[in-house]
Amino acid sequence: MPQWTLLGLLAGKQTAPWPLAAGTDGQNGFLGMPRYKPALCTDACEACADICPTKAITMRTSSGATSRLDVDYGRCVVCQLCTEACPTGAMSPSSDWAFGARARDDLFWQDDAAARPASGRATLRAFRRSLHVRHVDAGSCNGCESELQALNNPFYNLHRLGIFFTASPRFADLLLVTGPVTNAMLGPLRTTYEAMAEPRWVLAVGTCAVSGGVAEGGYACGHGLDGVIPVDVYLPGCPPNPAAIIHALLLFLDRAPQRVKGGQLVE
Amino acid sequence: MTARRVTPLRAAELKDAATRLLAAGGRMQMAYAWYPEPQRLELRYTASPASGGPFAIWRCDASEPIPSLATVSPLLSWYEREITDLFGLSFTDHPQPHHLVLHEGATAAVPPFAPDYPPDRPLLVKRTQQAVPQVAGAEDDVQLLPFGPVRADVVESGEFMFFYVGEAIIHYHPRLFFKHRGMEKRFEGIEPSRGVVLAERVSGVGSVAHALAYCQAVESASNCIVPPRAKFLRVLLAELERLYNHLHYFGHLCHTTTLKVGEAEGKLLEEQAKQLNTRLTGSRFLRSVLALGGLRRDLSPDNWLESELATLRARFSRYAEHMENTASHLDRLITTGKLDRRLAFDQGATGPIERASGIDRDLRRDHPYAAYAEIAPAVAVREAGDAHARAQVRIAEVDASIALIERALDLLPDGPVHAECNVIPDSEGLGFTESPRGTLFYAVHIGGDGRLARVKIKSPSFSNWRVFPFTVHDTNMMDYGINEASFGLTIAGCDR
Repeated sequence: MPQWTLLGLLAGKQTAPWPLAAGTDGQNGFLGMPRYKPALCTDACEACADICPTKAITMRTSSGATSRLDVDYGRCVVCQLCTEACPTGAMSPSSDWAFGARARDDLFWQDDAAARPASGRATLRAFRRSLHVRHVDAGSCNGCESELQALNNPFYNLHRLGIFFTASPRFADLLLVTGPVTNAMLGPLRTTYEAMAEPRWVLAVGTCAVSGGVAEGGYACGHGLDGVIPVDVYLPGCPPNPAAIIHALLLFLDRAPQRVKGGQLVE
Repeated sequence: MTARRVTPLRAAELKDAATRLLAAGGRMQMAYAWYPEPQRLELRYTASPASGGPFAIWRCDASEPIPSLATVSPLLSWYEREITDLFGLSFTDHPQPHHLVLHEGATAAVPPFAPDYPPDRPLLVKRTQQAVPQVAGAEDDVQLLPFGPVRADVVESGEFMFFYVGEAIIHYHPRLFFKHRGMEKRFEGIEPSRGVVLAERVSGVGSVAHALAYCQAVESASNCIVPPRAKFLRVLLAELERLYNHLHYFGHLCHTTTLKVGEAEGKLLEEQAKQLNTRLTGSRFLRSVLALGGLRRDLSPDNWLESELATLRARFSRYAEHMENTASHLDRLITTGKLDRRLAFDQGATGPIERASGIDRDLRRDHPYAAYAEIAPAVAVREAGDAHARAQVRIAEVDASIALIERALDLLPDGPVHAECNVIPDSEGLGFTESPRGTLFYAVHIGGDGRLARVKIKSPSFSNWRVFPFTVHDTNMMDYGINEASFGLTIAGCDR
């Protein structure tokens, strides 16, 4: 047994300083949400809307609009197909992943992103340094679970932020849901939510939980959490990386600012 | 890739054919149904002939009553029950004629895979208590613990029923398919090129295996030749996937044997592997790279990948040595969850599970795809069939994976990474990969309009979940978590 203690000691501190101090967040090279640059968009081209597997990009129908596309990052599965199909770079690859948002509207691309007011409301201060989370898999592909499990590896070490996963919904303040909500999980999901003591909140993790993702609809699947239980923070991504999940949790606790407004990351 | 031979059979000939195949030493692989025409349902059976060589495919018109083959080849039981649930076709004399994929409360006037079932109509579902069989003779002593579908910790949804007396598990029954998303139906009617993004999202931690099997199925149907560089890069991606999955496995296994530093080390190595994935492809799950005809874009692993992997390999071998020398860890693994060879074969165990029970089978060597014909893997086999053997097979596979990646990088040819894949209407193909968890099949049928008519997915966890309960009956609660971890199962791939 001492060999393990030695192995641990020799490894030294493996935890990333981020998000408490400056340093790597471990996401070097990560391809995130495509960036939309309407000025580069050319008339009569519908390549991106055509190729998008989840209708995250559609041609704008309202008249008088300055941009040609409606882009809903809440539907984006980060497949990068639009960035490859776009002939001009109007949809271009980016490393943007901090897409946690208090309002579903913040995930739609808007011209006046920077000018938009910060949305949502502050959470009770009592929870800021101690938050207990109950996770429910409502039919995900296991990609989101893989990243949620990574949160407690030595690199991200979620405990140090005062955020803990708990077994019982009775002890949970926040319900973290993944998956598009399958028929068979609809009942257990609602039961879990009902079992939580108030005040209670909900974080939708992954594009499936936000809007249904690639499995949306059909005979066995719903359209994510909207209309099922009230959502307090939305985090699209397929899957969102561990840093994005940490950011969304801190955003919920008002310990980090919301970075996405009008579908764009603003500082 | 001509890896299949199709033979028509009549319903009355099926049982004899299966009996003969097994007697000769062959193996049934999977069964599925599809509609070649709106009114004509056809069954497909995939088998491995004893002689090796191409997979044998039997097709059988479902207009006559179809006998259940579950009594001949028990692993077919789940496939038949799935067909009954999704296509409404019953098999005569099925030994377990219960729902599998659809839960008791789900009802539909027409089955969801019937041609006239609208793609966006939800099934009606009423949550009902599952009728569970009585454990004979001991109503007063045997207690039932239904655990799930929402369970402790961050895990996938599934309900486990334990019939137990004190610490002893008398009988165990997993209730899966809470996560059934109807993924196979989502493929129907779309252009084959658009299926890749879907396949990547059937099982997140098997994104490469699924997308690769799907691509190979369509490429086989289209007679598309993938350029050599793409084939080697596909091996690279597939082995990187095996690497992070196996590293995760050890972190979780150490968690169940309460080896805390071992858990931290396994999970840290998994994280490092995922960060290498990101650096190479932009995705921690190696997504958005594979395409029909090769890859979407070239990858430049250069020298950094090799040196990073060498560091990882040194660190892993020290880690593995520690695990193999820790008595408290080994005590919990040795003799736990024993699966004997016969049971593993009959019930269809696959991947590291069957190899730990003495069955020497690996698609990468037996039916080489991508560039595996040029760089064959060393296949690890153990005889003991317990949790320790399953861990040992995976330890050897981590080493073998890194060796394969090094070979692939050494031999990586220059040239294009993509060839045009012109889909042929009214064609079909079988694609397969040896995923980190075992054999994965995609059977793809392309319709007269050049769009996907049917995609059947056989994931390794579908096979291994069928086997797993046999290692739990008559064991005890303390071993359960360790045994489950030693199988390394996922639910998403099984439920689809």
